Amino acid sequence: MSAAVGQLSPTQIKQGRRHLVTPEGVDLQIELADVGSRIGAFAIDLLIIAVTLIVAAFILGSMSLYNDEVASIIITLIAFVLRSFYFTLFELGRRAATPGKMLLKIRVAARGKARLSAASVFARNALREIGFFLPIGFLFGIGIGGVDGWMSLLASIWAGIFLFFPLFNKDRLRVGDLVAGTWVVRSPRPMLAADLVVTDKPENEAVFAKFAFTPAQIDAYGIKELHVLEDVLRAQDREVLTDVASRIRTKIGWVWEEGESDSAFLRAYYAALRGRLESKMLMGVRRADKFDRR
Amino acid sequence: MTRRTLTLKSKRFREERQEVWKEMEFMLQRIEARSVRGLTDEEIIKLPRLYRSTLSSLSVARATSLDQSVVSYLESLSTRAYYVIYGSQKRLRDRISGFFTRDWPLAIQSAWKDVAASTVIFALGMLVGFVLVSSNADWYYSFVAESLAGDRNPSASEETLRESIYGYQSGDGALGAFAASLFSHNSGVAILAFALGFAFALPTVILMLMNGLMLGAFVAIHTEKDLGFEIGGWLSIHGTTEIFAIILAGAGGILIGRAVAFPGDLSRMESMRSKAEQAAIILGGVVVMLFIAGLLEGFGRQLIQDDWVRYGIGGSMLIFWLLYFFLPREAFQP
Repeated sequence: MSAAVGQLSPTQIKQGRRHLVTPEGVDLQIELADVGSRIGAFAIDLLIIAVTLIVAAFILGSMSLYNDEVASIIITLIAFVLRSFYFTLFELGRRAATPGKMLLKIRVAARGKARLSAASVFARNALREIGFFLPIGFLFGIGIGGVDGWMSLLASIWAGIFLFFPLFNKDRLRVGDLVAGTWVVRSPRPMLAADLVVTDKPENEAVFAKFAFTPAQIDAYGIKELHVLEDVLRAQDREVLTDVASRIRTKIGWVWEEGESDSAFLRAYYAALRGRLESKMLMGVRRADKFDRR
Repeated sequence: MTRRTLTLKSKRFREERQEVWKEMEFMLQRIEARSVRGLTDEEIIKLPRLYRSTLSSLSVARATSLDQSVVSYLESLSTRAYYVIYGSQKRLRDRISGFFTRDWPLAIQSAWKDVAASTVIFALGMLVGFVLVSSNADWYYSFVAESLAGDRNPSASEETLRESIYGYQSGDGALGAFAASLFSHNSGVAILAFALGFAFALPTVILMLMNGLMLGAFVAIHTEKDLGFEIGGWLSIHGTTEIFAIILAGAGGILIGRAVAFPGDLSRMESMRSKAEQAAIILGGVVVMLFIAGLLEGFGRQLIQDDWVRYGIGGSMLIFWLLYFFLPREAFQP
């Protein structure tokens, strides 16, 4: 997460960060969706489709059509419509995501550019037929009567390659993504959390004033540790707070006084450390972690 | 020491700018929920300014702030704004109509060679199937899978065949079942024809031939019993659409297969990718055609019993598709 400006490191690339430079020249550094959340999103979408079909079947059943065949044909057609257009229509929408994708906070995007064309969306979902519905069909032996056994086998192997394709390329592309020039990226919507260094209230100021750290004490840690401390403070887990506070006290040689709360101590230390590291940053020094002696 | 803590630069930066971020976020929410059209003129003028200001905040935050929540918030806000500002501004229905008025027919037009090849192969299969089964009915069993044909085989009486053409089955539902299986069978074949194209188009060619053979054989057992005209109507009401769809899917497969087999100056992979999107667009549209064919088959054929009307509908669908695909049209100018 350390938002280093400039090139992404090989580990960041491996974790799925990619450059995306806007026309204004700012690198947004988007993050690819992991395979797990894509499978999850797809499972949710399939569930929605299945529930819709079941509801439709119930409604048709209760309408007591004069002919069961007509009802079954209607169900077949609804299934066909859902299977063919559910993904396409939602991905053409403004959020470029199906409900499953929205829930897991991922979206479809064009690779390397902003405009996701309708043709791309149609193309990537046409190949979903081959990448998923076809292999499933083979698995349950439905759909393709009248096609030779060897042809089915060939197609199954071929479809299997499609199915596992995203696991074997660095951009986690489905075959549909590869063909259509798209990929799936994370689109988190974090709230802007309150700044941990809020000192506007007089009582806060008094708390911070109590802690006067020496420069040597502040210099014990780097950016990595600061970010861990930020996470700890935001999570507000009492046990972890106590644990972290006692470790920092030991490390910097801070003597615990009567009535000093762990939370207040950590907040004050966080503020001091952040101030120190940020002023170093202004001078062009990013102190990565505690082993970085700068 | 404490004084410095209180005047953290990154904190002051945030306090000064966060109103702009909130405004950007609020506007994004509204745009994503409805559209840019929902904004007033004033807001539209403001939008790019907010966007640039958010981007510059992101740059500043990355360089000066160590507050993770601010940086990741700004990253996601900027990315969302980027996709809104530079993404497609068109409405959903305009985008869909763009696909059907431009992308799809153009993809098919420029693959006319493959469409022609696919048609010829299918027709050839049909002809051979028809001739062989007409001369010796035993061939029928090697072309048509039993599961598909049901009781419609060379030994079936004229009665049975006639009934399956006009019958409005309520009891055993032979026609309904056959229609449903044909429906899924043929869409499966279409997709398979496309999917197997990657292997130098050979499986696609075989599949098209096999389906042609099957159809030819099927027609042959009916002409044997003097039901040629009737089976023509029965097939053409949906068949002109459905078989056309299969032929187009085959054309998509051949298009890709050709690109892999004869890559020219490109590598095989590049060559395949250069044609794959076009082929996938064709397939995306084929799915729509299969749906229309399903409607014609499920409802049209059940309700319409007159041969001439069946021919009329089938013929006009064919003319419609041909005009739709091959009438010259202007390429999209961005």
